[in-house]
Amino acid sequence: MVAEIGQFALVIALCLAVAQSIIPLIGAHRNNLSWMSVGRTAASGQFLFLLISFVCLTYCFVTNDFSVLYVANNSNTKLPVYYQISAVWGAHEGSLLLWVLALSAWGFAVSIFSRALPADMIARVLAVMGMIGIGFILFTLLTSNPFERLFPAAVEGRDLNPLLQDPGLVIHPPMLYMGYVGFSVAFAFAIAALLSGKLDSAWVRWSRPWASVAWVFLTIGIALGSWWAYHELGWGGWWFWDPVENASFMPWLVGTALIHSLTVTEKRSTFKSWTILLSILAFSLSLLGTFLVRSGVLVSVHSFASDPARGVYILGFLAVVVGGSLTLYAWRATQFTVGGRFELVSKETMLLINNVLLVVAMITILIGTLYPLFLDALGLPKLSVGPPYFSAVFVPLMLPLVVLMGIGPIAKWRRVPVKELFSQLKVFLLLGVALGIILPLAIYRDTTVMTTIGIAAAAWAILTALYVVLRLIVKRDGSTSIGKAYSKIPRAMLGMMIAHIGIGVFILGVVFTSAFSDQKEISVKFGEEVGLAGYTFVLEKVTGIQGANYQAMRGSVNVTKQAVPVVTLYPEKRIYTVQRNPMTEPGIQTGVFRDLYVSLGEPINDNEWGFRIYYRPFIQWVWIGTLLMAMGGLLGAMDKRYRNLSKANAKRNSVPHTTPT
Amino acid sequence: MNKFVVLVLMAILSQFNVVSAEIISVAPEYEQRYKHILSELRCLVCQNQTVAESSSGLANDLRIEVKEMLERGATDQEILTFMSDRYGDFVLYNPPIKPRTFLLWIGPFLLLVGGIIFALILVKRRAKNITDNQLSEHEKQRLKDLLDEKNNQEDKNKE
Amino acid sequence: MIRFLIPVLIFLVLTGFLFVGLYKDPSLVPSPLIGKPVPIFAASTLRDAEKIITNNDIQGDYALVNVWATWCAACKQEHAVLVYFAEKLQVPIYGLNYKDDRASAINWLQQYGDPYVVNIFDESGRIGIDFGVYGAPETFLVDRNGIIQHKLVGIMTPDVWEKQFSPKIQQITSKVTK
Repeated sequence: MVAEIGQFALVIALCLAVAQSIIPLIGAHRNNLSWMSVGRTAASGQFLFLLISFVCLTYCFVTNDFSVLYVANNSNTKLPVYYQISAVWGAHEGSLLLWVLALSAWGFAVSIFSRALPADMIARVLAVMGMIGIGFILFTLLTSNPFERLFPAAVEGRDLNPLLQDPGLVIHPPMLYMGYVGFSVAFAFAIAALLSGKLDSAWVRWSRPWASVAWVFLTIGIALGSWWAYHELGWGGWWFWDPVENASFMPWLVGTALIHSLTVTEKRSTFKSWTILLSILAFSLSLLGTFLVRSGVLVSVHSFASDPARGVYILGFLAVVVGGSLTLYAWRATQFTVGGRFELVSKETMLLINNVLLVVAMITILIGTLYPLFLDALGLPKLSVGPPYFSAVFVPLMLPLVVLMGIGPIAKWRRVPVKELFSQLKVFLLLGVALGIILPLAIYRDTTVMTTIGIAAAAWAILTALYVVLRLIVKRDGSTSIGKAYSKIPRAMLGMMIAHIGIGVFILGVVFTSAFSDQKEISVKFGEEVGLAGYTFVLEKVTGIQGANYQAMRGSVNVTKQAVPVVTLYPEKRIYTVQRNPMTEPGIQTGVFRDLYVSLGEPINDNEWGFRIYYRPFIQWVWIGTLLMAMGGLLGAMDKRYRNLSKANAKRNSVPHTTPT
Repeated sequence: MNKFVVLVLMAILSQFNVVSAEIISVAPEYEQRYKHILSELRCLVCQNQTVAESSSGLANDLRIEVKEMLERGATDQEILTFMSDRYGDFVLYNPPIKPRTFLLWIGPFLLLVGGIIFALILVKRRAKNITDNQLSEHEKQRLKDLLDEKNNQEDKNKE
Repeated sequence: MIRFLIPVLIFLVLTGFLFVGLYKDPSLVPSPLIGKPVPIFAASTLRDAEKIITNNDIQGDYALVNVWATWCAACKQEHAVLVYFAEKLQVPIYGLNYKDDRASAINWLQQYGDPYVVNIFDESGRIGIDFGVYGAPETFLVDRNGIIQHKLVGIMTPDVWEKQFSPKIQQITSKVTK
């Protein structure tokens, strides 16, 4: 019964999405306010019914309703409740439902927070989002209905994929989807601008916070995914350049470019058609990512059960949405005015180069990810494109970006004398290089050219970012207090600087962990001492334990440093009762400057085990850095000028809003 | 109880043909190269792991093969060629430079150069063609924006 | 303006590739050995540890080399088909008993029938590596000059035989009669 309600709610949501995509658009065309206002109502309704649908599916999971096929395939009575809930999005059908729910949540948010927008713009924006909604709800209903019944009902469920039974995976997909789908708002704004031909700085101030927030979600989503891989795959790695990871990284890179190009469009009303193109691309790449993950065209760790019918559907949808919007772009984008004058050395140019680098990096990843498919489609011998390729090509592209990151924020619009820039920054240049040389030597008594360059880049990024903020406080006029000077710094600038510092911290983590990690893969007898990076590891014993839905062998590993106890780690080898695949659960001690990471291999005999130990310096900085980026993005999106604008516009627009014609 | 669980689990593990995956120890002088080569080989059984990571039987055989080739004095390139002769370029995570991979390797840098040239042309044109003393479309826009902003400010002050 | 059309044009090409890619299996790895001679090997036969078999022993107008093992579940599924081919169609099948236990392999053949002309006993899997084996069962088609003409990864079925092997065999053998 509940499953039928859920399906029914999904159908109603589809009808509302149809209404949302047609009526406001006609209203905007005919300038009919009451027709336009349908968009807002429909968006709220769509969200409500999708929420009902989602709650129904969750209810089926929590009550172990194995007469629902999807539940029977992905849950189990012994599964802990929090994993029963996260199992809702543990496989294809449910994660699609989460996808459409996230989409409608964004639509709902737009309808709430954009009351001050010109009515025709909001109508167009919501209509575009409605169309995307139709596509995905139809996709769910036609090819991947999560409410399909199983007759006769299963006695017991087949359990959630053990790999997904991890806290990181509980929140990773929702975050990632909020990010993916969040770009649909910026996309819808771009389409609305193309349709109406209006693109002023008010438009930018409207769409910019949406793009930033989507970017924040995507950043957190990707970071959680990598955190999960580190904790669950048992190899001590955090990024594998796997197709699915690349699929989420491409919209992130374009989203980053978009945030920056929006600044130029806002402040200098230039790069307009470029900003529009990036808005379209960011969402298009989200859709492409969905296609790559769902269709099984690429080999991936995360490959979900794939089905050609689904692939054909998404590809068709992709062709309509992306092909349609890019055609619209080719047709209408020529009309936007060329913006203000600027010289070769100026903030505009630097942001332009920033965009070029980010987009080239994105295309590189796209080429690398799809190259095996290209060759296969052309009937040429297959090959693999893996981490060695990506790091060889990606790093040289990112280095100039980091250099620019230090210069851009203090450069002036229009024109900036090179001499002035140099005199401000030469200290940091020298300091960065010095730190690049000294830090690795001081900490690890060892270095390489790449390490030096990497650390120098990280130091440069952090120092210049700090300089931008501190300069405003130090150079305040005598009468203002430090606190006041601080509070006067625009949030957007503060946010940007925090994000840039985050990138520096991230680079530090990446460079140190890839240069100075150490690992050993050996077989040990119980009680045998193994030394690694100054620590001594002893596998004391392995005992059997009984988990809720698994059995495990748990090793006790005593770690000491110069005979001083550090920690006891408990790596496990688990066999989940239903799916019976052996899973590795590493034992990790997290620290600010290093992680100790042990995982059990295979038993050799009664008192000897295969055993892997990893020493991972600064690895947490990778995630601390990404967290800082996300915080910065959030702070930037909350800048006063976006809020004030909405209040002011609300006042101005309030009269026509309440009087329908 | 504990002992029993361990025995049962050992039995289950043995079904997966992984118990045989012995740990291969390499002489210290080869260790660096050994690790490096393994991390660049793709396991064909599990396809998304390197030969270093995979616990499949084939990966184990390949590890032994690599170790023995190293001990026989083979170069890294010889070992990688040995593998791709048997399993195709698919086995190499680092795609070799061949005519059919030119686009893959050179593409990004061509794009970068193209992108930068395009950007510079744009900037040059921008710096030359638009002069500040005429009130162009964008200036009018900007003026309007400034006025808007001022209005906003006033609205705010009234609150 | 042409440059505004560039994105949509790139996208169209991309869509074309993605569409073709939908109908390909990304995990299938074609063998680089096709068109090359059978790898050189010398090993004992399965049934007689004293007897040595080499690559030169694979003879005939055409021959199949089938990689199998008792631990391989799919091989069991395939086995009946192979027995049928050997008995009814007189297909010469050479077995490559891959990483197996000698006694249980012999036992298996006694139990389920023996479709093989002879079996190469590859306990360590070394010969398997030279053949580029990555998942049993695999089946190679070898012509009379000892050149590998085709490789199947996965289970042999009458359908696969009809579609992939028969035409190739016809091609190979017709060349011989000319």
